[in-house]
Amino acid sequence: MFRDITIGQYYKTDSILHNLDPRVKIFATLVYVISIFTFHHFAGFVVAGLFFFAMVWLSKVPMKFLVRGLKPIVMLLVFTGILHLFFTSGDVVVQMGVLHITKQGIYKCVFVTLRLLLMMLGASLLTLTTTPNRLTDGLEKMLRPLNRLHVPVHELAMMMSIALRFIPILVEELDKIMKAQLARGADFEEGNIIKRLKNMMPILVPLFASAMRRANELAYAMDARCYHGGQGRTKMFPLHYESKDIAAYLIIVIYVVLLQVVCRIFAF
Amino acid sequence: MIRTEKVGFEYMRRDVDGEVVGITQALEDVSVKMEPGQFVAVLGANGSGKSTFAKHLSGLLVPGEGTVWVDGMDTREEDLQIPIRRTSGMVFQNPDNQMVASVVEEDVGFGPENIGVPSEEIWTRVEKSLKSVGMYEYRKASPNHLSGGQKQRVAIAGLLAMQPKCLVLDEPTAMLDPKGRKAVMDTAWELNRKENMTIVLITHYMEETVNADYIYVMNQGKVVLEGTPKQVFAQPKVLEQCKLQVPEITKIAAGLRDKGIPVPPDLLTEQELADWLVQWKASR
Amino acid sequence: MAIALQNVNYIYGVGSGQEYHALKNINLEIGDGEFVGLVGHSGSGKSTLIQLFNGLIQPTTGTITWDGQDISDRSFSKRALRGQVGLVFQYPEHQLFAESVLQDVEFGPRNLGLPNLQVELRSFEALKTVGIGEELLDVSPLALSGGQKRRVAIAGVLAMQPKFLVLDEPMAGLDPEGHEEMLRIFRKLHEEQHITIVLVSHNMDDVARYAKRLLVMNHGEIVLDGTPAQVFQYAEQLQQIGLGVPQSMALLRRIEAQTGEQIGSAITPEECADVLYRWLEQR
Repeated sequence: MFRDITIGQYYKTDSILHNLDPRVKIFATLVYVISIFTFHHFAGFVVAGLFFFAMVWLSKVPMKFLVRGLKPIVMLLVFTGILHLFFTSGDVVVQMGVLHITKQGIYKCVFVTLRLLLMMLGASLLTLTTTPNRLTDGLEKMLRPLNRLHVPVHELAMMMSIALRFIPILVEELDKIMKAQLARGADFEEGNIIKRLKNMMPILVPLFASAMRRANELAYAMDARCYHGGQGRTKMFPLHYESKDIAAYLIIVIYVVLLQVVCRIFAF
Repeated sequence: MIRTEKVGFEYMRRDVDGEVVGITQALEDVSVKMEPGQFVAVLGANGSGKSTFAKHLSGLLVPGEGTVWVDGMDTREEDLQIPIRRTSGMVFQNPDNQMVASVVEEDVGFGPENIGVPSEEIWTRVEKSLKSVGMYEYRKASPNHLSGGQKQRVAIAGLLAMQPKCLVLDEPTAMLDPKGRKAVMDTAWELNRKENMTIVLITHYMEETVNADYIYVMNQGKVVLEGTPKQVFAQPKVLEQCKLQVPEITKIAAGLRDKGIPVPPDLLTEQELADWLVQWKASR
Repeated sequence: MAIALQNVNYIYGVGSGQEYHALKNINLEIGDGEFVGLVGHSGSGKSTLIQLFNGLIQPTTGTITWDGQDISDRSFSKRALRGQVGLVFQYPEHQLFAESVLQDVEFGPRNLGLPNLQVELRSFEALKTVGIGEELLDVSPLALSGGQKRRVAIAGVLAMQPKFLVLDEPMAGLDPEGHEEMLRIFRKLHEEQHITIVLVSHNMDDVARYAKRLLVMNHGEIVLDGTPAQVFQYAEQLQQIGLGVPQSMALLRRIEAQTGEQIGSAITPEECADVLYRWLEQR
């Protein structure tokens, strides 16, 4: 039931993208996501889309796998799409009772949906090509200056990495608990919202208990492996830039410039 | 390697509001001695205190009374916490809840990272550890795609990478199928024989202990029986009182003895019993 | 009431590019009052198979009938089916959620829409069957020992009074005493209440002792189906798929191999001692 969630999962393969320094990838993702919101012309999509597909091709992650990760947010996409489709004022094209669709509405609907789509897909490419540990290593190093402001950067990074490790496990567990309660005649689709929330208790309580139990055992296991915070810790992947990382930064800059130039040209 | 003297440990039971409602004596007067290179088993049923005891052997819990020495280091000394855990590594029952990373090799590298091993050396250690448990070809895999037995072997590798002198295995096979169980036990024995690793196996499966050098049997927080497997298995009454079940082979031998066949009490494995029976029949 | 599977296939992740053929062309019928042992190592498909029995998952192809009716029919009530085919998952104690033992056990029968009195009666009875005393009824399930929790969880399924009970590794993680206790409960259910029992396990010794029929699964197929004695004739094949035979059987085979004589077969240690005694007394 929930096995299809791929957001936050790592896709194991050997590609140029997989081997880049995580900091480059985090930076690139940030720039890319922001860039999607900087243009107001369809030409921008062509450039951003080309850049995105080029990255997917380089990453060797099958498109099918990426798209499958969208499943959980399809509702969100449809919802925002419809919202813009029906509730944008402008030149009416179709009239259906109180509802009407405007030219601007269609334009906005397509625009917003494409934007969200490219953003989500791009962001998931980061986690698909970077293991959670590498990701947190990268974040930890990028955010290190915050340490001076007494932000516990290492601890936050560690927490994130563990959360990512346990998400698939808890998702599987959720699936199991649901099935077990279904086997006891439970029905999760019956009644109004309050009834439904109440019906969730037989799932939520065991899930929470399981998370607590796992956390407790994991704490012991980490102690046993001499974990004692970030002090004196070395890294399996000490981060230092190689020439391919510098090249990657250059490509990002070229992408941004290209996007801006194309948008300017079409804006006239 | 590990020595304990009159170890006692109690924990408080609390009700839902956190009020103390009682004190459970989990361990009482436990004294054991484990020599370097030995394979020692601690046998006990659920609730016998064996898991609480196991946590004392790598300094995860500190005794309330008495003393635990790991390689000469007193576990009560806080400064020695890390050296003690490096010396005596611990594997737990649930294979999922002891892995931190989402890739096998990164998980194995977690321990060495914590104790500050230089990066290049981490990689050589990871490679060596994974090879010695036979999981090297899975180094890039996600733990979620491994079987239970494979996960346990990765967990063992994670400790080996810290180069311990002793491994404490707390019911490592309880959640595994026969295949996984065999793979994990074979790995433990191989480490013991080839690399002279001291192994402490905590279990309630008596079959897993027949080849051990020494066995401690625990019940209600106390050591009630100790000795070589032959000495311990010769006490079926005591074992039964401890809610343990003697292995099938021992039961078959006992059944034959009841019928008047003079089967000696110290035959523990299938091979030993088969050999004896064949010889005995031939000699008549 | 029998459950029957015809040409059943189950494939995970259809259309995802990462398909996994978990069950391959399964044909199987389990009839009234049987005690079936289902063995196979992890990943052999046994957990998938039992989820088909009460309609938690639908077969990719093939049909499943309960009492002659196709369970995929729209008119067929899944909930009624789940009341009749009880399924106890692995580590069922992890699904306890209510504030008291009794409330938790009542969850199942209440979902069946029974009147209050019935619900309570059935729950009391189920708890009695698994040996949970009345003093524990109002206790929080979290305050129980591991073995007690397991029994309460099983009572939660028993309270629906299923005619068919499927248990996935119900002894996993229990110590020898809890282990035996559990097997005694299943035997009692089978002998006194005539419930059909399907016991899923990877422990040959357990299954062999109580089951009258053994199903052995490997790579999504049922490779052996017969009485324990019949199945253990294929000791070598069982060893190959990593399951092995009960210790008693293995000992007899070893002696047969050493002496070249035919000794016989046995499943329990008592039987084995008998067989060996007869052989030793032979001239």
